[in-house]
Amino acid sequence: MSDQGHPAQAAPPRRSLIDTLEIDVRLLGMLMAFAAVAVVFTIWTGGTFVGPRNVFNIAVQTVPVGIMACGMVFVIVARHIDLSVGSMLAMSSAVMAMSQTTWLPTMFGTEYGNPAILAATIVLGLAFGTLMGAITGWFVGYQRIPSFIVTLGGLFVWRNVNWFTTNGQSVSLTDPNLLMFGGTEGVLGATASWALGLVASALAVWAIIASRRNKQGHGFAVKPVLAETVLAGLIVGTILLFVGWLSRYPVPVAKLKRLFEARGEVMPEGYTAMHGLPISVLILIAVAVAMTVVARKTTFGRYIFAMGGNPDAAELAGINTRALTVKIFALMGFLCALAALVAQARLQSHGNDIGMLEELRVIAAAVIGGTALAGGVGTIYGAILGALIMQSLQSGMAMVGVDTPFQNIVVGLVLIIAVWVDILYRKRLGLSK
Amino acid sequence: MTNRTGTPLVEMRDISISFGGIKAVDHVSIDLYPGEVVGLLGHNGAGKSTLIKILAGAYRADHGEILINGDPVEINNPRDARNLNIETIYQTLALADNLDAASNLFLGREIKKRGIVDDARMEAEARKIIGRLNPNFRKFNVPVSSLSGGQRQSVAIARAVYFNAKILIMDEPTAALGPHETQMVAELIQELKAQGLGIFLIEHDIHNVMKLCDRASVMKNGQLVGTVNVNDVTDDDILGMIIMGKPPAKAA
Repeated sequence: MSDQGHPAQAAPPRRSLIDTLEIDVRLLGMLMAFAAVAVVFTIWTGGTFVGPRNVFNIAVQTVPVGIMACGMVFVIVARHIDLSVGSMLAMSSAVMAMSQTTWLPTMFGTEYGNPAILAATIVLGLAFGTLMGAITGWFVGYQRIPSFIVTLGGLFVWRNVNWFTTNGQSVSLTDPNLLMFGGTEGVLGATASWALGLVASALAVWAIIASRRNKQGHGFAVKPVLAETVLAGLIVGTILLFVGWLSRYPVPVAKLKRLFEARGEVMPEGYTAMHGLPISVLILIAVAVAMTVVARKTTFGRYIFAMGGNPDAAELAGINTRALTVKIFALMGFLCALAALVAQARLQSHGNDIGMLEELRVIAAAVIGGTALAGGVGTIYGAILGALIMQSLQSGMAMVGVDTPFQNIVVGLVLIIAVWVDILYRKRLGLSK
Repeated sequence: MTNRTGTPLVEMRDISISFGGIKAVDHVSIDLYPGEVVGLLGHNGAGKSTLIKILAGAYRADHGEILINGDPVEINNPRDARNLNIETIYQTLALADNLDAASNLFLGREIKKRGIVDDARMEAEARKIIGRLNPNFRKFNVPVSSLSGGQRQSVAIARAVYFNAKILIMDEPTAALGPHETQMVAELIQELKAQGLGIFLIEHDIHNVMKLCDRASVMKNGQLVGTVNVNDVTDDDILGMIIMGKPPAKAA
């Protein structure tokens, strides 16, 4: 070696591929876990698992838990917990079910199915959800009652106020405008989905370039062009694959005929239509993008992470941590109401047990997605991925005929293993917490 | 020598605070002039940190008043203190360990562009100010939990001096530092002093007090033992005040 005459320090330390691309190792692990689940069930079901129909169903089923998991990330990052999200979902759903079928139609003397009534119902439901969350936040932030206690109480309270709101009865919901939020009844079709996919891809590429320019403008080191290109390629590829796949899922002929008959037309022979992107999934994506921007690019998000990392430091930095706590829980309540809208539209009814045990799935999704219960650490995309992994597991097990109790056993074990692996990984990296 | 004839920069008059019946600070009055370093000394639990936290807005005094440039002010929270150009370097450093250096430096006072936080600009500013304090500082893109004690201290100090502080409170700024870094802090104090800042320095090391401070106020059991001109006394006099709690013959 030495006889070649190279000075010892000249060679820069070798960087691995992962370092060069600056890939989040934890994200990579989750993606690999997700891929493993998909591969196993694809083989097991002979390909049905990754068929457009099942991908569509998994996406639609993930939405309510996914929406709430985004809010749960903020709650847990701020060193709190919210056990009442399932009950808040039920309560918001009850308010929306009653207001669209009974309260508002009686008040204004309109028929069920009036679009203005539905719009007012949605506003009312979202406002009520926000209010429930804000009440929780006030008890936690200003009265210093541990969030575990307040939300455990809330779990009982809202679940049963829900019962009284509907007198314990299920409310059937048939308004086609409402059902659009549920999944199969509200899809964009192939053309619009492709257009949206292309726009989203263009936006993603633009965001990467803008961020790179901004860094270069300040003279910081940026990733190699190759790394950025690979990243952009992966993102665009994922978007277009997803859109393209759902655009291959045809709407059943009988349903198309019904739709044509409803408009007083006759369906042309050989007519087909594809599902494309469901509106509910678009809502989840919009929530995820908005929450990611809030987490990374607003002072609100920055303060949540600061408070989770060191509550005293946040307070001493002049952050009003009490008001911040109220806002965090209010946002959680808002997202529960949004999830309630999607859930009742998908089920086409409001039942007493809607959202039952959902709090545990939401917390599990956030935790599987790398949100640390100690606070200060967590990502929105992780939580969505966590929700997706759990839903895929359940869907796959159901397809291959695993009994429900055993499905739940597996989900529980996955939760424990996910956190265990995370702890081992952190230990090896020498990170505490 | 500091000119102490005009209006004091800070005057804390007759301050008291109790926690659950225990008087942590008991009718203490101290003052601080521009360009002056006043050392606050005393055993652990003497009430120095508590007194200083009242000025920083972390606690509210039960009794007494605070004057800045001769005007009475209300300091109800850390935001009020910051608005009065009072900056504090806490003993614990008060850093959010999960955030990077720039995020900590600007915590609560982020630079924004069209409503969103401008991380690149904040990092650029952080690189400038921290680079001046600690030229070896490189780790700008990692959480501060992975920094050394000295590097973390650099972040906390940078945060205090970046925002045009007029009054600086330093609670044992050199406790976690090695000799080289301690020297850097000492030089910084001299430089800030020359710029006309007033500095309250809580310090246990008597040699640092003799070297850095103009005056020293000594506390014991929540009460002020006395304030002395450092040049007029020996270190043994000050140690006597700390241990015995009695002022030397010629108090300032």
